[in-house]
Amino acid sequence: MAPPRSFLWSRRIFLTLLTGFVLLPVYVMVSSSLKPLADVTGEFRWLPSGLTVRPYIDIWSTVPLARYFVNSLIVAGAATVCSVVIAVFSAYAVSRYDFRGKRTFTVTVLSTQMFPGILFLLPLFLLYVNIGNATGIALFGSRGGLILTYLTFSLPFSVWMLIGYFDSVPRDLDEAALVDGCGPLGALFRIVVPAATPGIVAVAVYAFMTAWGEVLFASVMTNDTTRTLAVGLQGYSTLNDVYWNQIMAASLVVSVPVVAGFLLLQRYLVTGLTAGAVK
Amino acid sequence: MTTAVEVAKPPVRPAGGGTRRPRPGRLRRVGLPYLLLLPALILELLVHLVPMVIGIVMSFKELTQFYIRDWGTAPWSGLDNYRVSVDFDAPVGEALLHSFLVTVGFTLLSVGLCWLIGTAAAVFMQDAFRGRGLLRALFLVPYALPVYAAVITWVFMFQHDNGLVNHVLHDQLHLTDKPSFWLIGDNSFYALLTVSVWKGWPFAFLIVMAGLQNIPRELYEAAALDGAGVWQQLRRITLPSLSQVNQVLVLVLFLWTFNDFNTPYVLFGRAAPEAADLISVHIYQASFVTWNFGTGSAMSVLLLLFLLAVTGVYLTLTSRNRRSSRAR
Repeated sequence: MAPPRSFLWSRRIFLTLLTGFVLLPVYVMVSSSLKPLADVTGEFRWLPSGLTVRPYIDIWSTVPLARYFVNSLIVAGAATVCSVVIAVFSAYAVSRYDFRGKRTFTVTVLSTQMFPGILFLLPLFLLYVNIGNATGIALFGSRGGLILTYLTFSLPFSVWMLIGYFDSVPRDLDEAALVDGCGPLGALFRIVVPAATPGIVAVAVYAFMTAWGEVLFASVMTNDTTRTLAVGLQGYSTLNDVYWNQIMAASLVVSVPVVAGFLLLQRYLVTGLTAGAVK
Repeated sequence: MTTAVEVAKPPVRPAGGGTRRPRPGRLRRVGLPYLLLLPALILELLVHLVPMVIGIVMSFKELTQFYIRDWGTAPWSGLDNYRVSVDFDAPVGEALLHSFLVTVGFTLLSVGLCWLIGTAAAVFMQDAFRGRGLLRALFLVPYALPVYAAVITWVFMFQHDNGLVNHVLHDQLHLTDKPSFWLIGDNSFYALLTVSVWKGWPFAFLIVMAGLQNIPRELYEAAALDGAGVWQQLRRITLPSLSQVNQVLVLVLFLWTFNDFNTPYVLFGRAAPEAADLISVHIYQASFVTWNFGTGSAMSVLLLLFLLAVTGVYLTLTSRNRRSSRAR
């Protein structure tokens, strides 16, 4: 049965307006990144007076963007891998075993989502400094400290989603594997993980985006050599000039990997959420 | 005879035991779940719980820049930091209260709009039409963009002299007498709200979309046979079926928006304008700019207590609803 005209028209109008709202900044980012400097310092222009790729060349020398890029890649990549592996173990334990303290664990992990980041910024900073002084392990200012921090940011949500996802994998499958002589870890990696791949991909995407986009801890816990993109982009505005065209070009460059990855994997994200978060 | 039959019956599963079947050899593996949880536990302890305890301890200390290198030696100040924070007649407390009220208002508006837009978009896109896949991908772009890249673009759009917003509102539509300031003064609240909704609604869209996939198609078919139109189906089937999803969604959105630091920080820098002085940035400023970490910690603890209370009340209310709707 075809929907009535009132529905079709409301849908058309709503979706058109929303598309405009969503795309406006994207248009500004792309078009401004191709403008000569005179175009972005004067009155706003919808169309560039002359197209130029100059900003895309200059961004690499105005600030050490390549280094920030590599730092971000290492930090976000390592945080993602660790976070996903740890979340898989935890979620498997919660989903497949009954044990004392299970509820306490899930509630505690989930409630860390509620903590304002600002509450543990300074304590964590002091803790890292103290651990560094006591053991010589440099956590503060190093990539390792940032990796450690970021992986715990995405961990609670990942565990939570994976529990739901693992629950939706029929228990009989891994029990059969156990009966056939697989160890519990064998059952996890041969049966549950493959069956839950969409959920795991979804969680990985989420973890990567969280780490790639974080600003607060990155600005306090990094130094010149470990700075990530989140902080590095601030280098394009000096006291006298703001190179808006370069800022836009750099923003676009740092966005492309995450947006592309996200759009490629978004199907998994929806399926992952369906099985995990929504239950 | 009768007793024998009764004995032969399978043992009744104890009430509340859930649907899990007891598995053979479970006792032997009793240590395994703890082993599996260990990495997560250690990390949560190290990065969340221990710092939280340190933060609580710090809130009872007179922790200024003189003691920060060796914070353990800072003198105790009892409840002084808390007293300063909630003394709403004095400047520090007054500013905190103001910031708190701004944050509450902002969060409610932002969450409401995100939910509304996200739900509407998901419902409108529930049925297949040409271009739906493309549109869905486009709608997720704000969510996928890194915060600083997206927000910095908005900063550019809100510029006084060369921004798109003033160009459209003033130069092209002549709606304002002179170009407005968006990143300072009262307008900053709306600027922040716009950015927050732009960035936040796709998450609601994602979750609601996922929730819609769980509604059986037969419900709609049955309703259509009974003569229910699209709007009636929306009101009678779609929205009620989403209520559980919405409960989780609204809570998560609330907590994320309330605690958001990245958006206001990139939009305004270290000191937000008064009209958009969200609590995270306010506490950051109280701690790192005025160098009074004790007071900053006390404010953080108060904020945490508030969020715990809100979450507790919210969960109690929603679980009561859930129970009563199940009983019906």
